[in-house]
Amino acid sequence: MEPAALPFLQFDDVSRRYGDVVAVDGVSLAIPAGQFVALVGASGSGKSTLLKTVNRLIAPSQGRVLIEGEDVAGLPPPRLRQGIGYVFQGIGLFAHMRVAENIGMGPRLAGGRLSAERLAELMALVELDPSLAGRYPDELSGGQRQRVGVARALAGNPRLLLMDEPFGALDPVTRAGLGERVRALHGELGLTTVMVTHDMAEALLLADRVLVMDKGRVVADEAPQALLGGAGGEVAQALVAVPRAQARKLAGRLAR
Amino acid sequence: MNALLDALGNLGPQLAQHVLLSAAAVAFAIVLALPLAVWASRSPPVARLALGFASLVQTIPALALLALFFPVLLAARAVLGEGLPTLGFLPAWLALSLYALLPILRNAVTALVNIDPQAREAADGLGMTAWQKLRLVEAPLAAPYVMAGIRTASVWTIGAATLATTIGQPSLGDPIFAGLQTQNWALVLAGCVASAGLALVADALFALIERGLALRRPALALAGAVLALLGVAGAALSAADWRGDDGRESVVIGAKTFSEQYILARAIGLTLEEAGYRVTYREGLGSAVIHEALVDGGIDLYVDYTGTIWANELGRSDNPGREAMFAKIVAWEREANGVGVLGGLGFENAYGLAVRGDTARAQGLATIADLARVAPRLTVGGDPEWFERPEWAAVRQAYGLRFARQRTFAPTFMYSALQSGEADVISAYTSDGRIAADGLVVLGDPLGALPSYDAVLLAAPRLAGDAKVAAALRPLVGAIDVETMREANYMVDRDQDKRTPDEAARWLLEQLR
Repeated sequence: MEPAALPFLQFDDVSRRYGDVVAVDGVSLAIPAGQFVALVGASGSGKSTLLKTVNRLIAPSQGRVLIEGEDVAGLPPPRLRQGIGYVFQGIGLFAHMRVAENIGMGPRLAGGRLSAERLAELMALVELDPSLAGRYPDELSGGQRQRVGVARALAGNPRLLLMDEPFGALDPVTRAGLGERVRALHGELGLTTVMVTHDMAEALLLADRVLVMDKGRVVADEAPQALLGGAGGEVAQALVAVPRAQARKLAGRLAR
Repeated sequence: MNALLDALGNLGPQLAQHVLLSAAAVAFAIVLALPLAVWASRSPPVARLALGFASLVQTIPALALLALFFPVLLAARAVLGEGLPTLGFLPAWLALSLYALLPILRNAVTALVNIDPQAREAADGLGMTAWQKLRLVEAPLAAPYVMAGIRTASVWTIGAATLATTIGQPSLGDPIFAGLQTQNWALVLAGCVASAGLALVADALFALIERGLALRRPALALAGAVLALLGVAGAALSAADWRGDDGRESVVIGAKTFSEQYILARAIGLTLEEAGYRVTYREGLGSAVIHEALVDGGIDLYVDYTGTIWANELGRSDNPGREAMFAKIVAWEREANGVGVLGGLGFENAYGLAVRGDTARAQGLATIADLARVAPRLTVGGDPEWFERPEWAAVRQAYGLRFARQRTFAPTFMYSALQSGEADVISAYTSDGRIAADGLVVLGDPLGALPSYDAVLLAAPRLAGDAKVAAALRPLVGAIDVETMREANYMVDRDQDKRTPDEAARWLLEQLR
């Protein structure tokens, strides 16, 4: 195989079992660099579990995950994770640290220090007011907190960004705004992004490619256009049906 | 009020010792509890085991826990060598550390277990190692709760440390125990006020640290920590011996927990100071530990009683008579322990049966044999221990004593029970000052049923052959008759015009010149 043809992120027959329960069932995938991939599915479909095998917050029972051809199991987890941005619904800001310290944690772990310029740059990227740098997390709104969470994930200059229901706890306005901001950052910073969401509309609006999971398997792997055009099979179309119906109704109301 | 202020003013050395002991115990408990808490927070079986053990320790009364370290350390000598101290600072420190373990451990485990799981996931996701996660995230988040546990532990420890007196470690318990025995309430109150005050100060300082941590105001926490450390450093400075080596030999004198012992310890100490020795006291030692303290060098000199050594140390229950018992004890102490018996002091503090003077005259009572005739019409009173002792069984059997009634009183109330007629005969200590003061008659023991309790001066192995000490103390040997001892005891025990043991000792020495 040519090095140039090597996918950036590759799942090779990945399974994860908990006793008799199979959370992820033999998933094989290749994701090229620069792609924005959405993992969509109902609760319990295995999408979060699959995502966490990438930074080894969960180790697969079977199979391998490769980043640029290298097995993620071959690296010490701290070193692996320092190179991957991770954003999740719970955010997990450190309550005893100010915003600046939270954002600077990644570089600090790598043995460096976040410069004031870089802090300002990161805060600007996620559209946070610089005056918030000295605040503690409990003084921020939910949207501001997740912006800090994204800035913290980006502070280490990762090439891969993993997001697990990142906007799930936000109000719709904040959610749409932050979603678009992240999509723009994905392009500006040349990231490869995998985002888990249960919201098909969000996936269709933000992603280049939508993977639908059901019972631990990937049952559809399509571009948003194709899904909207009816491709992907039954489970995928059931998920697409909801936003499509909503869009029709809204269009109908607009036409009246 | 003045007596209380005086007593408080004299507590400096005990306060310093108390602070050092408590600080060392809490520090050791922290060192033990924190790693254990981290381990327990990651392993539920370890948490159950550790918390179960700490709770179990907590159910042991503090007094018993302190006393239990004496046999434990005695056994540990088999492994760690004969030099291991079994009394004083070491057992007090270990027992109090165990006692302080529970609140710190429980708070730390609870805090660590309840740390926001999202913060942990974020820490993992950022690539923290287990140690970085503990240092950067878990420890700071748990700190205010851990501090609350340390605060509780400190207050408990400062209270419990007063009990260290009973195993030979100077503390604020010294005035409490001395005051309880001599019924000097100003002294008791002074000890309580000082230890409560110390606990309040420690509580306030730790509260400051706790608030500083919770409110993320490091200056506040630092101020509390610096003040607490200054207090401990001050105690250490004042406890250090600044007199240096002035060429005087140092001697430690022990005393059990009653007035006569306090007085005799001071009499010995004053005599030795005059002879150029530097003297310190270990007072309030339990009857069971004081002999061992002498043998292992924790104390150098103390006064014991032949009957006590006979029964407790030699384990004998027979009564060979005064001279034979004394000779046997001298030989046994020398051969088994290397302890020197410097001689009898000249009086006896035995168990005896006492009646009121008017009863003795009316009934014609001079001996226990006389008592046997009228006993079936009389009530006998004794302290709770007396009716369980072999002496009671022996005297009843020898004289065929049968009383109409038997009543138990606390020692303090025995004498008033006799005065008010609630008891006709009581068990009394024959050197008790109240015998003379109340005009009581101690009945003779012509059959020798009660063993002798001659006061004898014992010297630790290192002083057993010391001619200079023996010469200095010779004026005390055989010189104190029971009337003089009773009067000295009464000075301390009476309710009005009380004297301190030191004053009574000076008076006693005056009588010997």
